[in-house]
Order: sequence, then structure tokens, then C-alpha cells
Amino acid sequence: MKLLEILEESILVLKTNRMRTVLSVLGIIIGIGSVISLITLGEASQQSVKERIQSLGSNLITISPGGTQSGFLRGGPDDAKTLKYNDALEIEKSDRLTTVDKVAASYSSRAQISFQENNMNTNVIGITENYFSLRNIEIEYGVGITQKDIGTSSKVVVIGNGVIEELFTGKVNPIGQGIRIDGNSFKIIGITKSKGSEMVSSDNSVFIPLTTAQKVLYGIDHVTSILVSAKNEELIDPAMNQLGYLLLELHGIKNPEDADFSITSQEDLLETVSEITGTFTTLLTGIAAISLVVGGIGIMNIMLVTVTERTREIGIRKALGAKRKTITKQFLVESIVLTLTGGVLGLLLGIGVSLIITKTMGLPSVISITSISLAVGVSCLIGIIFGWYPAHRASKLQPIEALRYE
Amino acid sequence: MIPLIDVKGITKIYNGGEIATKALSDVSFEIEKGEFVAIVGPSGSGKSTLMHILGCLDIPTSGTYIINGRNVENMNDDELANIRNKEIGFVFQAYNLLSRTTSIKNVCLPMIYAGIPKTERYERAKKLLISVGLGNKLFNSPNQLSGGEKQRVAIARSMATEPSIILADEPTGNLASKQSMEIMDIFDELNIKGNTIILITHEENIAKRAKRIISIMDGKIVNDTGRLN
Ligand SMILES: Nc1ncnc2c1ncn2[C@@H]1O[C@H](COP(=O)(O)OP(=O)(O)OP(=O)(O)O)[C@@H](O)[C@H]1O
Ligand SMILES: [Mg+2]
Repeated sequence: MKLLEILEESILVLKTNRMRTVLSVLGIIIGIGSVISLITLGEASQQSVKERIQSLGSNLITISPGGTQSGFLRGGPDDAKTLKYNDALEIEKSDRLTTVDKVAASYSSRAQISFQENNMNTNVIGITENYFSLRNIEIEYGVGITQKDIGTSSKVVVIGNGVIEELFTGKVNPIGQGIRIDGNSFKIIGITKSKGSEMVSSDNSVFIPLTTAQKVLYGIDHVTSILVSAKNEELIDPAMNQLGYLLLELHGIKNPEDADFSITSQEDLLETVSEITGTFTTLLTGIAAISLVVGGIGIMNIMLVTVTERTREIGIRKALGAKRKTITKQFLVESIVLTLTGGVLGLLLGIGVSLIITKTMGLPSVISITSISLAVGVSCLIGIIFGWYPAHRASKLQPIEALRYE
Repeated sequence: MIPLIDVKGITKIYNGGEIATKALSDVSFEIEKGEFVAIVGPSGSGKSTLMHILGCLDIPTSGTYIINGRNVENMNDDELANIRNKEIGFVFQAYNLLSRTTSIKNVCLPMIYAGIPKTERYERAKKLLISVGLGNKLFNSPNQLSGGEKQRVAIARSMATEPSIILADEPTGNLASKQSMEIMDIFDELNIKGNTIILITHEENIAKRAKRIISIMDGKIVNDTGRLN
């Protein structure tokens, strides 16, 4: 008997018992559905995290004060004062750093800012000229912080989009207005463009010249980070190396293990986050996969019932010359058609659910070939595994005994 | 010449429940190729039991059954299936048609297992059903057929793979005498073509059309006319 004919017949049998078919594959539908939606969600969130991180600036390398092993004595990176503005200037000046494009330094702290009677507590970041372009921050109105502002430590400020909502409530044009930061009066010269819901949002920050923050507001001479961009993606690693050696030299440190700074790239961050979301997705998918096993047992159950119900039919078929192999094939194909039906319905359910969730969460929706082939492959496999025993049992029936079955 | 069917000392004991029933006891006979045999006997005498053994559907408790020179005992499942499919056409007392399946598909079934292509299958099934007078019931399923009609579908099916042996358990049991005679005409024709026919009947005028009558009572052969001419 040809496989195609067996297939035709199986589909016919399952069609005549439509309700039962759907109910018996419910476990598979739900199982495949949840696995597909979880995989899709995992991929979507990973992609979105990637996009957000990349939006912070591409090819970006961050140098932070304090060593990588933030031990007891060394002090955490937060209060390490080992990075100076001078380091940034040296990096900029050095002609050994062939791989580096732009450099910026920043000093960030929190402070009270106020306009008239409104006030808020927010991030105040002292920056150098390249900071905005390195962090992919655009100026929507007015101008940014220039080298001149830094040279003169002028009291000018560029404010984030979110700050306007808090302080100005849309009544006055903020450009040219004065606001107070820790009691010092600053003139607003620009407003940044909103970055939306991004992970490290600049919307609620205000930016002032680095030198102003250091000398006028806080009286310090260190910075909290130096940002460097590599000339292109391939040069990120060489650039990190070159930066490392230059800074060791500048700080007079011989052993790289004693470094009083740490260098990380956007790539490192990306990898860490991907790893975390990946583990999470795998875990959830694993749990969903358990429901597939339960679904498979449901299939086995219904197939055993089918075999018992159709004992007489099996007897007739064997009496007319069906071989054991043929009977096994017939019931195995039926079971596979059953689970495959479940798999396809589950796939549709999964795609539907993940589309809804990604839409409402504003994630990019990626429906991958992987998940489709996974659904098809896994459901076939379940059909084979859990259909085998009932099929085997059917094939073992003795013709005359099967015929006597009422 | 070796006989087509060689039964030696066959005993069949059913161990259903607490009581064991001896349906056949020490039955022996030979049937040559091309014979037309009727098996007669009262109800419960073991006729169907014997027929199932001859049809390779059941195995005897003891004794040997040699078909076409081959001992059934030594054949595996697939070989037996092959014999049931190609050598023997079986008409069951209880018809044993697939319910919810049309007459034509029922007749096609053994041909599927014989590997006959689809179009030829349908062609042949149609011809056979017409020959048993069911040309107008090709697409009815068994529950839309009368007892006699079902019996005729079963007969058509038994001839589907053109087997050399036809085993028929009360093939005319539900038929009016005119239809019975038509069916017997078909068997006659097959027999003339060289097929071996073995049928069970309790009707005298049916048995008379056979060329040999074996009478059974209480699981034993009580009379065998031998080949009549
Ligand atoms: N599966 C079975 N289990 C137990 N006993 C059985 C079984 N099948 C038949 N018998 C018994 O074996 C004996 C012979 O039965 P069989 O069916 O061969 O009779 P038969 O000659 O075909 O009768 P009928 O003319 O009524 O069809 C009967 O006594 C019957 O009760
Ligand atoms: Mg009987």
C-alpha cells in the first residue's frame, strides 16, 4: 500500500471525527503554540535590546574609573577618582591611537534644578563637545555644548526633552530662559531630541560644559567616564587595547592587572544582555516543552482508543491480506497527521499570540523559519514517538480474534 | 500430484472462559486443485471453524495443514498475509465489510494490499459488483444495504484479487433462491475456469450443485462423497 494512499485514508478518518481530532490535539496545539510564542518573544526582546544598546552609539568604547575587580580596598568604580579630563585630552592628542575616532569625557551626578517655582531632581552631566555625537543624542532646538563653552566654563545648559515637561509645562519657550542648578543660574541654549523609551534615556538629563561642572559646581578634577568611538566595528578590539596601554602609561602603571580604570565596549554589554535574555527564553521554552510531552501522552491515549475501537476493521484488513508493516504504517501515519494538524494549528496560535504581544509591547516581531520548522518537526516527532506503541499493538492483533471483537 | 489442500488430524479446542469447546476433532481430508466442495452440517458442528483454518485466519490446536505443498505452521505473518491476499478469497458468514465505506471501496481493499494500481482497482471492482447484480449500489455503504446485498459485496470482494481458492461461509444464506442460483452460477463459472471452490451451506439444493459434499457433525467428518462426476 502506497504511503500517499495511507495518508489520504488517514486524513479521511480524522475528518470524519473532526471534533475528536481537534480535542485530542489540544495539548499539542497549546504546547507548540506556547513554545512558538516564547521563542518569538525571546527573539523579539533580544532584538529590541540590541537595537536599544546600539542606539546608545555605535562602535562605542567606555572607559570607567576603578579597576575591573572592584575590591574592598580599591573602592568601587563609583567613588574612584582615577580618571581625569586630562586623560581624555591625552587620548585625543595622541597620534599612536590610529584606531580611535572621537573622544568625549563626562562627569555625571544628580542635582536639584529649578525654574521659577518648579523644581526636580535629575541627572546633571558635565560633558565635552563630542559627547552628543558619541551618544547619538541630537539637538532638536537651539545649539549644543561647544569647545568654547568648555574653554570658558560658561554657565550654559542643554536640557533633555523630559525636563521641559516637568519644569516648563509648555507655557514658555525654554530657549534663553534661566534655570538654577544647585543654586547656580544657567542659561538654556538647547533642547535634545527625545529618544523615546530607550534603555538609558537622556530625556531627563541636563547637560553642561564639563569644566563648569568640575570647577563651578563641585570643585573636583576627575570624570566619571571617557567615551571613545572606534573608527569602525573591526577596530573596536584593537582600539580597546591601544587605549589600555596608553592609559597605563599615563597613569604610570606597569602591570595591566593593577589598572585603575576599566574599558568596556558596547559589544560586551550586548553580549551580557543577550546571554541573560537567552537563558531566560530557554528556561521558559523548556517549561512549555513539558506541555508537549503531556500533549503527546494525550495522543497516545486517543490512538490506543482508536485501535481498540477499530479492532474489527484491523481484523478485516488483515484477513484480506494487510501485512503487519502496513497496519503499523496506517496507524503511525494517522498519529502523525493528527499531531501535525496540532502542530500547524499551534503554530498559527503561537504566531497570533506573539504578534499580539509584540504589538502591544512595541517590540519588533520576528517570525523565524526556525520556529516554523521546529513546530513541524517536533509535532511529527511526537506523532512517531507516541503513535508507535498503539500502531504496534494494532499490527500484532491476530486476524480471527480481531474479527470476533464486538 | 500433491493435493492443493491437505488437512491431517486437525483438532481445534476453544478455551473461551471456563469451559473448553472442542470444535473440531481429528479432521483429515484432501482437496485437489479445481474441486467444487460443499461442507454441510448442523449449526455448531464446526464448519466455520474449519473454514477459518483453511483460510489461514486461525491455527489448529493440533494437526497439520498443508496448502499448496507448504505447511502453514512454518509460515510467518507476512507469508500468511500474502496467501490470504493472493491465493484465497474469503466470504465470511458475517460479511465483515468495512462499515462507513462504500461497496466499491470495500471490493477495492484486497487489491490495495495486492498493490494493484488505483484506476485498475476501481475498474475491476465495478465489474465485479455489476456481475453480482449491484451495479446500482456502487457507492452505498454497508449500512445502506440489505443482508443479501452485503453478502453479494462480500462475494465480489472475495474474487477481487482473482484468487485460485474461494472459501465461502454460507454465501447464499441471506439470498432469495433466484439470487442464490445466480451466485452459484458465478461459482460454477469460476470452477470451470479452474478455481477451487469450497463452500459451507445448509441448503440441500445448493450443496447439490457442488461436486463433492463433506458432512460434519460435532466436529467430526461423518461423510465424504469424494469427487462426484
Ligand atoms: N471463539 C470461540 N470461542 C469459544 N467457542 C467457540 C468459538 N467459536 C466457535 N465456538 C464453538 O465451536 C463450535 C463450532 O462453532 P462453528 O462456528 O464452527 O459452528 P458452525 O458449524 O459454523 O455453526 P453455524 O452453522 O451456526 O455457523 C460451537 O460449539 C461454538 O460454540
Ligand atoms: Mg458458521
